[in-house]
Amino acid sequence: MSLLEQMTVKALHLNIPLSVQLDLTYRCNERCVHCYLDHDDKGEMTTAEIRHLLEEMAEAGVFILTLSGGEIFLRKDFFEILEYARRRLTFCVKLKTNAILIREREAARIRELGVESIQISIYSHRPEVHDAITLVPGSLKRSLDAIRFLKSQGLRVIMANVLMMQNLADHAGVRALAAELGVECTLDPTITPMMDGDRSVLSLGIDQQALRQVFRDSALVGDVDEFCATPAKPRDSELDSTPCSAGHTTCYVSPYGDVFPCVQFPLPTGNVRRQRFIDVWRHSEQMNEVRSIRMKDLATCTSCTHVGSCTRCPGLAFMEGNMRGPSSQDCEKSFARSGIPSANMLAKKRGNANLVQIRTLPHPALEARTGALA
Amino acid sequence: MSRLYVARNPKVATRGLGDETMIMSGRDSTLFTLNQTATILWQSADGQTPLDEIVEKRICAQFEVEPAQALEDAEALARELARHEILQIAQEPIGNQNPSGEAR
Repeated sequence: MSLLEQMTVKALHLNIPLSVQLDLTYRCNERCVHCYLDHDDKGEMTTAEIRHLLEEMAEAGVFILTLSGGEIFLRKDFFEILEYARRRLTFCVKLKTNAILIREREAARIRELGVESIQISIYSHRPEVHDAITLVPGSLKRSLDAIRFLKSQGLRVIMANVLMMQNLADHAGVRALAAELGVECTLDPTITPMMDGDRSVLSLGIDQQALRQVFRDSALVGDVDEFCATPAKPRDSELDSTPCSAGHTTCYVSPYGDVFPCVQFPLPTGNVRRQRFIDVWRHSEQMNEVRSIRMKDLATCTSCTHVGSCTRCPGLAFMEGNMRGPSSQDCEKSFARSGIPSANMLAKKRGNANLVQIRTLPHPALEARTGALA
Repeated sequence: MSRLYVARNPKVATRGLGDETMIMSGRDSTLFTLNQTATILWQSADGQTPLDEIVEKRICAQFEVEPAQALEDAEALARELARHEILQIAQEPIGNQNPSGEAR
């Protein structure tokens, strides 16, 4: 177990939010086709409110602070907030940005303030593909220029590549580009539904066949046989474990002060404009409900072959209607890895079969009643 | 014998967790944890107070330790933390420290 994992276990035991993502704004200078956010400003926290929140977070024990958005550099007070977080409150700060507003001066300031890492979204090594996703001409060039400025300052940069059908052919190119620039690279095939529940963006995600190919690429998954192996029967300790760190050692705060278990788990638990951060964390009924869930409590998943190895996201499950239910995107991933359908997929198949019978049987009766009424 | 002064490096990230302190190096993001006594040394490392005084007034006053051994251990720890650029050490007082060493 790594030292960070040991600290996470300790934080879990002490009920301390070790890591928080704070979105400073939902405004953005890109319009990524898959983005789950509404970019209108509906009343962001002021500088003073954010400083106060950061003080409360430090007091609560938050160590890792991820500043994200929206585009964080659209806030005119961004460096004031960053300086306060680093110099005064000594957070370990990570940034998520598209970086197109980062030039030499900003890169030098980020270095001076001791930021741990900067994660930058890169969708393709080809401008025509990347810019068609961000809907901003020239955005790839500007993001790559920024990466060079940041690297020249000796900063840790991570390229985050969200995989969609639109850029499916380009992940190897992005990895090669990352290697050339001397930065890390991550690949994520997960598309998040819009925060208002609209699931139409999910159609941009890669299909089962593409997922199978990705999961059989040793450059991405390492040992393919091990990654795609038939899952082992879960141990009792696994069934007693918690599904993920959301609400346990991590949480998310929106630009409007709303607190959620995770950025991908839009269950409102409180608001730091009306309540102290630590009170939301410790006493919110919703946060405590999330905390109460164990793997053995899951509606369909407990009986699933994949329960011990699944990447099931409780937030995505919540957006499907039940935080204790399955997350279909993760069912697809388990199926793509192993070729074994999940319990949820099998149940849906059975459900579909029943549905056909239900729909076919009533038709004559319905027609007769309609006729009678006419 | 010359005295040793220790000062926290303001570039590190730090937070208290129970009776320990987590510190992430600003140089290479390596994570360290300090136990209760090491935490006292870290919090007292203001660049102005000599290490022997920190050991005598803050550590020996709270823990049943032999002063010479405590000082030897503290010096070894200070040099180890300095190697990772978490602490600065010098034989004369070091700059002005802000109050950020207090583990919250």
